[in-house]
Amino acid sequence: MSPRRTEAGGLIDRLRTIRFTFDGAPYTGHAGDTLASALLANGVTLFGRSFKYHRPRGVLTAGVEEPNALVTVLRGEVREPNIPATMVEIYDGLTAISQNRFPSLAWDVSAVNQLGGKLLSAGFYYKTFMGPVIGPLKGTRFWMFCEHFIRRAAGLGKAGTAHDTARYERMNAFCDVLVVGSGPAGLMAARAASDQGARVILAELEPHFGGSANWSGETIDGMPAADWVGRAAGQLEGRDNVRLLPRTTVWGYYDGNTLAALERVTDHKETPGKGEPRHRYWTIRAKSVVLATGSLERPLVFPGNDRPGVMLAHAAERFATEYGVLPGDRIGLFTNNDSAYRAALALKKAGAVVVAIVDVRPELSSEMRKLAGETEAEIFSGHAVIATEGGKALSGFKVQRFDMASGALSGDARSIHADCLLMSGGWSPTIHLASQAGAKAEWNETLQAFLPPKPTTQQWIGAGAFTGSFSTAEAIAEGRAAGFSATGGTGTPAALPVVEAAPGDPDPAPVFEIRASGKSFVDFQHDVTADDVRLAHREGFVSVEHLKRYTTLGMATDQGKSSNIPGLAIMAEALGKPIPQVGTTRFRPPFAAVSIGSLAAERFGDLKPERLTPMHDWHVANGATMYSAGLWYRPMIYGHPGETIEQAYVREARATRESAGMVDVSTLGKIAVQGPDAAEFLDRVYTNMFSTLAVGKARYGLMLREDGLAFDDGTTWRLGEQDFLMTTTTANAGKVMQHLEYFLDVIWPELKVHVTSVTDQWAGAAIGGPKARQILAGCVSGTAVDNAALPFMGIVHGEIAGVPVMICRLSFSGEMAFEVYSGAGYGTHVWEALIEAGKPFGLVTYGLEALGTMRIEKGHVTGAEIDGRTTARDLHLDWMLSKKKPFIGSAMMDREGLIAPDRLELVGIVSLDNQPLNGGAHIVEQLDEANPHGSLGHITACCYSPALGKYIALALVKGGKTRRGSRAYVSDPLRNRFGPVEIVSNHFFDPDGSRMHG
Amino acid sequence: MLITCPYCGPRDVIEFTYQGDGNRQRPQPASQNLDAWNAYVYDRLNPAGDHNEIWQHSGGCRAHLRVVRNTLTHEISSTAFARGDHNSVARHRAEDKP
Ligand SMILES: [Zn+2]
Repeated sequence: MSPRRTEAGGLIDRLRTIRFTFDGAPYTGHAGDTLASALLANGVTLFGRSFKYHRPRGVLTAGVEEPNALVTVLRGEVREPNIPATMVEIYDGLTAISQNRFPSLAWDVSAVNQLGGKLLSAGFYYKTFMGPVIGPLKGTRFWMFCEHFIRRAAGLGKAGTAHDTARYERMNAFCDVLVVGSGPAGLMAARAASDQGARVILAELEPHFGGSANWSGETIDGMPAADWVGRAAGQLEGRDNVRLLPRTTVWGYYDGNTLAALERVTDHKETPGKGEPRHRYWTIRAKSVVLATGSLERPLVFPGNDRPGVMLAHAAERFATEYGVLPGDRIGLFTNNDSAYRAALALKKAGAVVVAIVDVRPELSSEMRKLAGETEAEIFSGHAVIATEGGKALSGFKVQRFDMASGALSGDARSIHADCLLMSGGWSPTIHLASQAGAKAEWNETLQAFLPPKPTTQQWIGAGAFTGSFSTAEAIAEGRAAGFSATGGTGTPAALPVVEAAPGDPDPAPVFEIRASGKSFVDFQHDVTADDVRLAHREGFVSVEHLKRYTTLGMATDQGKSSNIPGLAIMAEALGKPIPQVGTTRFRPPFAAVSIGSLAAERFGDLKPERLTPMHDWHVANGATMYSAGLWYRPMIYGHPGETIEQAYVREARATRESAGMVDVSTLGKIAVQGPDAAEFLDRVYTNMFSTLAVGKARYGLMLREDGLAFDDGTTWRLGEQDFLMTTTTANAGKVMQHLEYFLDVIWPELKVHVTSVTDQWAGAAIGGPKARQILAGCVSGTAVDNAALPFMGIVHGEIAGVPVMICRLSFSGEMAFEVYSGAGYGTHVWEALIEAGKPFGLVTYGLEALGTMRIEKGHVTGAEIDGRTTARDLHLDWMLSKKKPFIGSAMMDREGLIAPDRLELVGIVSLDNQPLNGGAHIVEQLDEANPHGSLGHITACCYSPALGKYIALALVKGGKTRRGSRAYVSDPLRNRFGPVEIVSNHFFDPDGSRMHG
Repeated sequence: MLITCPYCGPRDVIEFTYQGDGNRQRPQPASQNLDAWNAYVYDRLNPAGDHNEIWQHSGGCRAHLRVVRNTLTHEISSTAFARGDHNSVARHRAEDKP
């Protein structure tokens, strides 16, 4: 038996023992335990170290709002930091470690930070590290020096670097009514809505449905509340129109009643089931939403309120009732309201000794006196706790007489021996989703809490504690009413379930802070004290939004869940204004931490879409190293054993220029442009003429954007009078299609043209080199391929191995070359026939590297040069700008800045020291390796050229044309490269094109 | 956000591509009026309220829609085919003389 486990009771399965480790030490717990409850049952009270001061911290809460007990969970090499121990369900083999401690949790060297408390007070970072560098210990440079040490000392858990192998998925769902929260209010709403036939989704962030009923100790319809909610959830589970989502946090409320939720599907399992994702990201579109998100208990602010052993009253009640764990043997209670008396009594019944009840209110109601009497505790009404005692665990606390009106302390302080102190500062409705969805929260003076705003554009209805109705009876009534009105129903005369509950007035006394000496924490997660808030006020921060940023109050995973109201109250007091005039921050998504994996979901890993060409399997089977280009996979090289990448592409390019080479060009964008006005349309879209192109011929075309900059290039083939096949670069295929559609649909609807993307319908093989024509002649039937039948830029139709093909004679490599297109389904068949025909001629296949090498040798541009900043003139393509007609971009392309003489222009670069060049390297004029300056431009593409026997590159250089034949230097300090180069024409190889014209 | 495509019905915004301010008026293709071209290419209305926008149903029927969307609330008060909006053609023809 664990030291603090109760004899009986709770929702845990005492027959099932679970083994896990925390900071390397083995522990056991029971099925149904959280890491927090299991560790408390083992007598562990120290869970972590605080953010700035490295103070020892225990468990403050029992749920999602836990700011202190954040742990890192390890699964193999994968680590997930910053998970509240209260939200980790234990499983066999669970491995968790504490955070922010060095070298160990019990002995932390940085805890000395708290001795120099002033050093890390509010605004420390801004004051010390921002601004000009004055002296050795100030300013941004000092920050850069200190950052490493401070980041180690101050912070939360460390993210891992191992690859996360878990699978995540996204799900879209639609419903009539989404109910958020499954306490008595949520269950009643879901039942009422489903009774009306509505499609209902009920989301609960905890593993069990039922909310507070699981630990309230109340009775509903004559049975324990925990049983009643269990039965209610069981009934809903059997209904076809209800979907129950346990372990699902609704974290975002967006336009059009769209909500985002995270379902933790397998985090509680030792191993996931077959096909189960770790997390599921739900996008839920709901006609109507019932917010039944309950409320969060607030801490009280007093010196030492962060010592392990001090926790919220309801959290202790929950540990005792739901998990069968006593957080201490000798319990004290410090409260400003009635709700906490029930907690004290629950702990007494579970076997603890309640030593003292300290209430700031001078008078207690007779009901509370009666409850207090049952706990047999000493009563201190009109008193406050002014200090806590102990080290890494609570050993006692001090009380003193307290005047609620003035906040003054008087009389002698008295020490009380205790190992657990419960505190309750009243309750705040969990209004986060409502705040995300609409207007500003409204302060309620009686409840001393912000209530949800009225819905604005979103369709939601509130119920239960979320609306400030804190009793279970009210929750049940409001829940049912909300369920009816969410479906447009009018309610039912049937009787409501009857609740038996402890008495109590929900309104707290307006006391948030006890001002005595010592650190009183407002935001436990960020070590923000009451004095920090006052310091921010003294330094002129009056807006609550500024306060938040300056002190970091309510940031990170806390998001103000526990700290918001106490922080505001202290600020309001400092300003001398009532709380509603100080206002509150608007809550933003997410309500609780969301895994990045769930947001990426199937867009990452195995499920990411990929595009494969028809010949993909052939490439892989024949030794290609595949390269991912956007969604496409293309061969990079077909390497031989022992070859480097450079050796492989040099061999492929050399063989192509010596005999013949073939490359898969199926990825090129292909768009069918058809209709009576197709030629006219192309004249408007391209800078050059297409209406003059003969049927059966192709032409190279250039497109500009509306602003006159170059957009895309490619060849377009005239297959018939009204039938063109446009090709685009692989990367721009989608953009060009949208560009054409926009002009046809919106700007020129009078043109009779239809465009169709046919990229996936055609397989393409480009075969080039001195032997290319002979290879084709050997395998093509139904047409001749000689110079007369197939001149440069000509198109013929024929057959290869019984399959119809279309062949266009055009060249990217600079060799005599042909593009052979067949139906996509015949791609491999035709490709293999070409390989067979090429064998006697030494035909090789080549990949993107050799393709790039040959295009650099020819000085052709690609996306690296058409980079959205260059004009046709910059790329020496001004010969393509027709003067006979307007075209897209023609009006804007001659603007002053676009024709300036010092623009970056395309040039060739030759390495003069026989060393490789790198993309992105700068070209400079001065021989000053130590201090490179005065960049003339940069390299866009580079390779070793087998045709020239040199390292060459294309570059964009200021006034490029005029610098041809001059010397300069390449400067690449990141890669330690500096060396002499010659600037030359971009047409390195066969500039007059005699090879391709043949 | 849902956009009601006149052809496909109400669809999630993820299926659509924003194609810019619907108030832009393209000058006549041969126009040399650089001010008009500059306004068309660079000037955008940025109202706090109803805004006339072009959206393409790129993940659906690929039609371009003229959408009036409130930039404060994302409320969409009307959608229609941009192609059916002959005003856009008439407007740019009347707008300036080449
Ligand atoms: Zn559509």
